[in-house]
Amino acid sequence: MKKRILALLLAAFLTAAVLPARAQAAGGEITVYNWGQYIDDGTDGTIDVLAEFTKETGIKVNYLTYDSNESLYTKLKTGGTTFDVIIPSDYMISKLKEEDMLEKLDFGNIPNYKYIDEAFKNQTYDPQNEYSVPYTWGTVGLIYNTKYVSASDAASWSCLWNANYAGKMLIFDNCRDSFAIAESMLGYSLNTEDSSELRACSDLLSTQKSLLQGYVMDQIFDKMERAEAWVAPYYAGDYLTMAEENPDLAFSFPKEGFNIFIDALCIPKGCQNKAGAEAFINFLCKPEISGQNLEYLGYSTPETEAKQYMSAEVTSSPIAYPDQETLARSESFSNLSVEATQEMNDLWLQVKTSGSNTTSYLILTLAAVAAVILIFVITGLDKKRRLSRRCRKWKTEGQQPAK
Amino acid sequence: MRRFNKTMTVLVFIFLYIPMLVLGVASFNSGTDVATFKSFTFSQYGNLFRDDALLTLLRNSVIIAVLASLISTVFGTMAAVGIHSMKGRMRRAVMTLTDIPMTNPDIVTGVALALLFAFTGTLLRTQSVLGFWTLLIAHITFDFPYVILNVMPKLQQMDPDLEEAALDLGCTPYQAFMKVVIHEIMPGILSGALMAFTMSLDDFVISYFVTGSSFITLPVEIYNYTKKPIQPKIYALFTLMFAVILALMVLMNFLQGRGEKEARLRPGRREARAR
Amino acid sequence: MLRMKNKLLASPYIVWMILFILVPLGIVFYYAFTDSITGQFTFSNLSNMGAYLPIFLRSIWLSFFASVICLLIGYPVAYYIALCPPRKQRLLELLIMLPMCMSFLLRTLAWVAILEDTGILNSFFGVFGIGPLPLIRTNGAVILGMVYNYLPYMILPLYTVIMKIDPRLVEAAADLGCRPGKVFTKVILPLSAPGILSGVTMVFVPAVSTFYISQKLGGTGTTLIGDVIESQFKTAYNPNLGAAMSLVLMVLIFLCVSIMNHFGESDSEDGMVTV
Repeated sequence: MKKRILALLLAAFLTAAVLPARAQAAGGEITVYNWGQYIDDGTDGTIDVLAEFTKETGIKVNYLTYDSNESLYTKLKTGGTTFDVIIPSDYMISKLKEEDMLEKLDFGNIPNYKYIDEAFKNQTYDPQNEYSVPYTWGTVGLIYNTKYVSASDAASWSCLWNANYAGKMLIFDNCRDSFAIAESMLGYSLNTEDSSELRACSDLLSTQKSLLQGYVMDQIFDKMERAEAWVAPYYAGDYLTMAEENPDLAFSFPKEGFNIFIDALCIPKGCQNKAGAEAFINFLCKPEISGQNLEYLGYSTPETEAKQYMSAEVTSSPIAYPDQETLARSESFSNLSVEATQEMNDLWLQVKTSGSNTTSYLILTLAAVAAVILIFVITGLDKKRRLSRRCRKWKTEGQQPAK
Repeated sequence: MRRFNKTMTVLVFIFLYIPMLVLGVASFNSGTDVATFKSFTFSQYGNLFRDDALLTLLRNSVIIAVLASLISTVFGTMAAVGIHSMKGRMRRAVMTLTDIPMTNPDIVTGVALALLFAFTGTLLRTQSVLGFWTLLIAHITFDFPYVILNVMPKLQQMDPDLEEAALDLGCTPYQAFMKVVIHEIMPGILSGALMAFTMSLDDFVISYFVTGSSFITLPVEIYNYTKKPIQPKIYALFTLMFAVILALMVLMNFLQGRGEKEARLRPGRREARAR
Repeated sequence: MLRMKNKLLASPYIVWMILFILVPLGIVFYYAFTDSITGQFTFSNLSNMGAYLPIFLRSIWLSFFASVICLLIGYPVAYYIALCPPRKQRLLELLIMLPMCMSFLLRTLAWVAILEDTGILNSFFGVFGIGPLPLIRTNGAVILGMVYNYLPYMILPLYTVIMKIDPRLVEAAADLGCRPGKVFTKVILPLSAPGILSGVTMVFVPAVSTFYISQKLGGTGTTLIGDVIESQFKTAYNPNLGAAMSLVLMVLIFLCVSIMNHFGESDSEDGMVTV
């Protein structure tokens, strides 16, 4: 009797605990899927963008992060989750558009769109400006620790193949960014689809593998700040964040060329709260918000108005806002065809999985197989010998009278 | 020989608990680097309790673990009783089925379930399949073998005539089952439920593949945290959980010891055994 | 009548397991034999496996070494615990299980902090002027991680089996003139064989399919199968290749475990204890 009451109480408690987990907040709710470390969260006295948004609109934000465009794409493709706002890069936006995975934006709900500079509208990935609103733009360059790496070495991508820095170098853990470095070094376009060129890139990346410390994305922050690694390519905005923690770090735009990108806000198909998503996009376009947010992030703003709210130190930084001469060496990504993407993925997997000292493993395996066969044969023979000995013993004992 | 074993045991225990020590110290560190101790502070614990997101994740993990272990214990015990009545080929087939999730690596089970849910998603033409229910289904699935493999030995050890004796003495079949069988196998049920709860609470690999973004458990989110600059309040959470579980285990040990002492001192049983 | 009803008790469980264990495995088969772009039947996923042979070999050998080390370290500990008085036994058993309940993600991270070039051990060596030793991102570090995480899974089954060995057999062997070394090899070792087998299996299977340990403690040259499968499902969207790898992994594990079981059976087939 006591047990039954206890069981009923437990069941009631559990159902009560589960129900609120799925109740929706009063002013609505949106799910935002963004890059890691890509929004101001209020540390060091700066504004907490999400909290400010909830305060202004009453909409609660469910915030999740990914670390590369490919992870975002895989997450959207495998389904199982609905997001209201995503922030892909240029080439990923055209890919998602082609696969009909984006919703058209209702610009009536995004009046702050007027603050976005003309230079960032009508881009190749969204020529009619129907699906995206720019959030940041930035560049890729080489971050190096001046205590251990010379500036002359760091002026070229070949620094990442320099055996002097073996075990202290990192590189992107996603195929497009890494291939872009190889393509720059070999003089190819960052958007080449030519099989032989892609293969040349993957061969180059394979030679680098034994010198690397690892393939990383956001783990780079800890490693560079503590000088666990000395040189790595990464995004300019993140360099500015890391430099605050470790003043030994410097940044260079390698002479062979580099990638320039725009990350934009989009609404994927299947979103639950389109109006709330558009309100969020509108909020982020507010000049004060964009200015303060991007000052904290270190990335570059697509709104000239927003620069009023940023310190002069940031707006005049040659790293956040490089001059035209430097920018002439940059190239942006465009989406590759399905076959080329697949080939690049396969080659990238080969780069990451190609290994050294496989011969030792092969020898070990052959030795093991030989040992196993030997043991089978020996135990088989041994058993036969023992059985026959026992049979002989019984035979001889049977002939003698038992004592 | 015995001394060698003893020193090995001590060394192994030190080896097992070094990370706990490191993380415990890190939870009181004001700096974020585990390797360098800046200064002593309780601030990480303060951050932890102010972080609603982390506490929600903990609550999610506990809810899933409790529900999954409850459901798998109830139905798993029923199944064990059913399997116990089976013979020969049928029994072997079902036991093989039970062994599959145990001998399969977690990653294969996770991947298979993820593909199943994706397949169901395309059949039902929805995008948002993964969530609370898929997670619960996955947890129940891998909890079942733990329950069954803990209850079966107890069923086999039980005297088969006990149930019949109860029926002879006037019990209805239901009463005989509940009062006799369940009582005999209760230790197995409890240890199976405890194992299922522990496995569900800390499961990472399978949850990683079948979780959506609406309902995330603590281990999966910790994995996401390890891909970004680590926030030290995680160490505070870990140390707290360690302290709580350690206290629970010591308490359980103490209670079990007391229970056994009482059983030994009860006079009635001793007389019955002497006869 | 009772028998029939009892057998039916297992039916919800059987239906559940068929639905969530067998059907997903079937779907894995389907994906493994399907081309990722065109969706047609193809052997190409499997025939491409040859390129990953080094990874398979590396995973198997690293896990094998880890299992052997776990066995060598765990056996003395299990032996010691088995011979302890019951109260101490229970306490030690709980203390061994405690790390298993704690997040293995964070415990492995603690090892990263200990082994890093700028980590705890190297800072300590730095005090004596010894240069930063390459401890992390080596095969050794991965094996260390595997041993650390799965040692309790070796100790617990071993200890359960050793505990059940009839001490009279050991006494009898000594009475018949065996030296302690021979008592061990001829009596105790064969009788603990089921525990050894189950312990080795419980270490080998998760070790061979891990991806977290190799991601954190390994370098670019220690990619394991788990890493590749995880990347196919989480970053590069190619579930067909991932399914094919999972299939090959399952078959490999099945082969290894069968070989081990065969050895175990052939050892105990004699049954009699020969001196």
